[in-house]
Amino acid sequence: MLALSLIAVLAPAAAILLIGVTRNPRLAEFLNLSAAAIAFLATLPLPVLTAAGPRIFWGSALIVDPLGAWIELCTSIVYLLSSIYAIGYMRMLGEDERLPRFYALFAAFGLSMLVAPMMNNPGLYWIAIELTTLVSTFLVAFERASEAIEAGWKYIIIVSGGLSLALLGTVLTYWNGSFVLGARYDMTWASLARVAPHIDPMLALLSFLLVLIGFGTKVGLAPMHTWLPDAHSEGPAPVSAMLSGALLNTAMGGILRYLTVADAAGVGAVAHGVLIALGVFSLFVAALFIVRQEGVKRLMAYSSVEHMGVIALGFGFGGPFGIAGALYHMLNHSLNKSLMFFGAGNAMRSYGTKEIADIRSVGLRFPVMGALWLAGAVAITGAPPFGLFQAEFSTLRGGLATGHVLPVLIMAVLLIVIFIGFLNHFRVMYYGPANAKPAEPRVLSAWCVVPMWCALIPVLVLGFWWPDALWNYFGAIAHGLEAAR
Amino acid sequence: MLLAHLGPLAASIFSLIAIASLLLSFVMLGSRTLRHYLYAFGAQSWLIAILSASVGYYANFPELYLIAILTFLFRGLLLPYLLLRIVRRLAVPRESTEILRPSSSLVIGALSVVFALAVAHSISAELNLAGTIAALALTVMLSMKLIGFLILAARQEAVSQILGLLILENGIFLGSQILVPGMPLLLEVVILFDLLIVVACFGVLVRYLMAHAGTTSSRELRQLVG
Repeated sequence: MLALSLIAVLAPAAAILLIGVTRNPRLAEFLNLSAAAIAFLATLPLPVLTAAGPRIFWGSALIVDPLGAWIELCTSIVYLLSSIYAIGYMRMLGEDERLPRFYALFAAFGLSMLVAPMMNNPGLYWIAIELTTLVSTFLVAFERASEAIEAGWKYIIIVSGGLSLALLGTVLTYWNGSFVLGARYDMTWASLARVAPHIDPMLALLSFLLVLIGFGTKVGLAPMHTWLPDAHSEGPAPVSAMLSGALLNTAMGGILRYLTVADAAGVGAVAHGVLIALGVFSLFVAALFIVRQEGVKRLMAYSSVEHMGVIALGFGFGGPFGIAGALYHMLNHSLNKSLMFFGAGNAMRSYGTKEIADIRSVGLRFPVMGALWLAGAVAITGAPPFGLFQAEFSTLRGGLATGHVLPVLIMAVLLIVIFIGFLNHFRVMYYGPANAKPAEPRVLSAWCVVPMWCALIPVLVLGFWWPDALWNYFGAIAHGLEAAR
Repeated sequence: MLLAHLGPLAASIFSLIAIASLLLSFVMLGSRTLRHYLYAFGAQSWLIAILSASVGYYANFPELYLIAILTFLFRGLLLPYLLLRIVRRLAVPRESTEILRPSSSLVIGALSVVFALAVAHSISAELNLAGTIAALALTVMLSMKLIGFLILAARQEAVSQILGLLILENGIFLGSQILVPGMPLLLEVVILFDLLIVVACFGVLVRYLMAHAGTTSSRELRQLVG
C-alpha cells in the first residue's frame, strides 16, 4: 500500500525532473501524460486496499486511510483526463516553447494534490495545500493576458490570506492539545481526535471555525469564493478542470478531518451547523450568479461553487446517507466538471470568445463534441440518469434522515433554480438565433474529444449503477468520520 | 502550558517584545512610504528572532535557538531584501491609492486590538490563564491578524498587500513561540521555507503585473467581475 502511494507521488516528481532536463515540448507532453497514467493506475487499487482501515507509515508521517484514498482517486482521475486534454488544448495555443514549463508546473500541481491527503500531520497538510496554491497561481497566469495575471494575483492574495487563518487554527489546536499532552507531542489526526474529548471546547470551536474559514477559502465556499470564478475562467481549460475537479476536493478533506476532531471535542453540533450554513449560502450565491452569467467558463466556475456547497451540505448533514452522497458527489463532480471545462475550452478556442453571447449553434457545428457537452450539462445540473442525480438525491435523503428539513427544502429549490438557469444558457448556445459572423470552423483533434467520452461514460454508468462495494466503502468512511459524534 | 510558571523577568521580557511587535505593526499601518513598511517589518522579524531565542533560554527549548537564527536570516534579512528589490523595480515609493487614510486606519487598528483583547480575555478566562503571558500572546496574535487583514483590505499597492500577508504570518509565528514553543521543529522550519517561496512567487507575479497589466495597484485590476 505504501509502495502504491509512493509510486503515485513519485511518478509526477520524476516527470518534473525529466521535463526540466529535456525541455522538449512533445516529450514534455508525453512525460506528463505517462506520469498521470501511472499515478492513476497506482491510486486505483488504493480504496480496495484501505477498506480494512487506516494505515500509518514512516513513523507517523504518512497516512493512507479510506477518506484520503478516495480523494487521491478523484484527483488522479482528473489529473489523467486533463493531461490527455492538455495535449490537444495547449497545441491550439501555439506557444510551443513555453510548453515544457507548463507541463512541469502541471505535474507539480498534480504532485502537490496527491501528497496533501497523505499527510498525517495537520501542519504538513497545511503546507501541502499552500504549495498547491503557489504552483497553480502560475498555471492560472500562464496565458499572460492582463486578465490572467489579475486572476492569478487575486487568487494568491485571497487564498494565502485565507490559509493563514487555517494556520492560526492549526496552532490553536496544537496549543489546546498541549494542556493535556504536554508541550511537546506528536500532532497527528489520530492523536488530535484521541485527545479531543479532554480539551477545552470553546477553544476547540474557535480553532475549528478558523480552519473552516481558511480551508473553506480554498474549497470555494461562499462568501470566501471570490477568487474562484476569476482563477477558473482565466486559466487554460485543463488547469480549470484540475482546480475544480481535484483541488477543491483536496481542501475539503482537511475540513473533514478537523470536523472529526470538533465532533470528538463536543462542539460537533455548532461545527456541523456552520458547515450547513456555508453550504446553503454557497448554493444561493451560485444560483444568483449562474442565472445572470455571461462568460462560459465563469458559468462552470459558479457551478463548482454550487457543487462544493452541496458536498459541504452532505458532510454537514452527516449520517450514512449524507456522507455517502457527498463522497459519491466528489467522484461524479470530478468527472463531470472536467467534461464541462473541456467542452468550454473547445468552444472558447473554436469561437475565439469567452462570452456565451458569441457562441451559437454548437450542436450543428460540432455534432459529437456538442452532444457530449450538452449531455454533460444535463448531468451537472443533477438530472437523471447521471451520477450526480444519485449523489444529490442521497444527500437530500441524508438531510431528511437527520432532521434538517429547512436546509433540505432550500437546497432543493436552489438546485431547481440552478437547473433552469444553467440549461437556459445551453439552450441559447445550441439553439439560440444564429449570429451574424460565423467563425471559421475549426477541426478539434481527438485529444480534445476523447477525454470527454472518458468522463461522460463513467458518469452515465454511475448514474444507473451505484456499486454495493462503494456503499460499503462509504460506510467505512462514514464510520471513521462519525466515530465520535 | 509550561510558560505559565515563568519568573517575572522572563515574563516581562516576553511581554515587552510582544508589545513592541504590535507597535511596529501600527507603524506599518500609519505610514505611507513603502520603504518604511519594510524597515518596520524587518525590525519586527528581528524582535521575533530575539523572542524565539529568549523562550528557548528561559523555558529550556534548545531547538528554538535554531529557529531564532533561521528567523533572523530569512525573515529579518532575506525577505526584506527581496521586497526591497521589488520596491526598487516598481519605482512606486509611496502608497498613493489607499482606501483609508493612515489616520483612519490607525483608529480602526486600535479598535481591532480592543476586539482581540476581548476575545483573548474570554478564552484565557475559560482556560484559567487570565493575566498571564499566554493571554497577552493571544491578544497580540489576534491583533496582528486583524491589522494584517486591514492592510490587505485598505491598501492597494502590490507590495503593501504582500506585507499585509507577511504581518498575518508574523502574528502567528510570534504567538506560536509563546503559546506552543514545543511545536515540532520540522514544522517551523518548513513554514519558514514556505514563506520564502511565497515571497519569491510574489516577486515573479509583480513582474508579470508590471509587464502585462501595466499597473501594480489592485485598484486598476477591475476587469474580472460578476
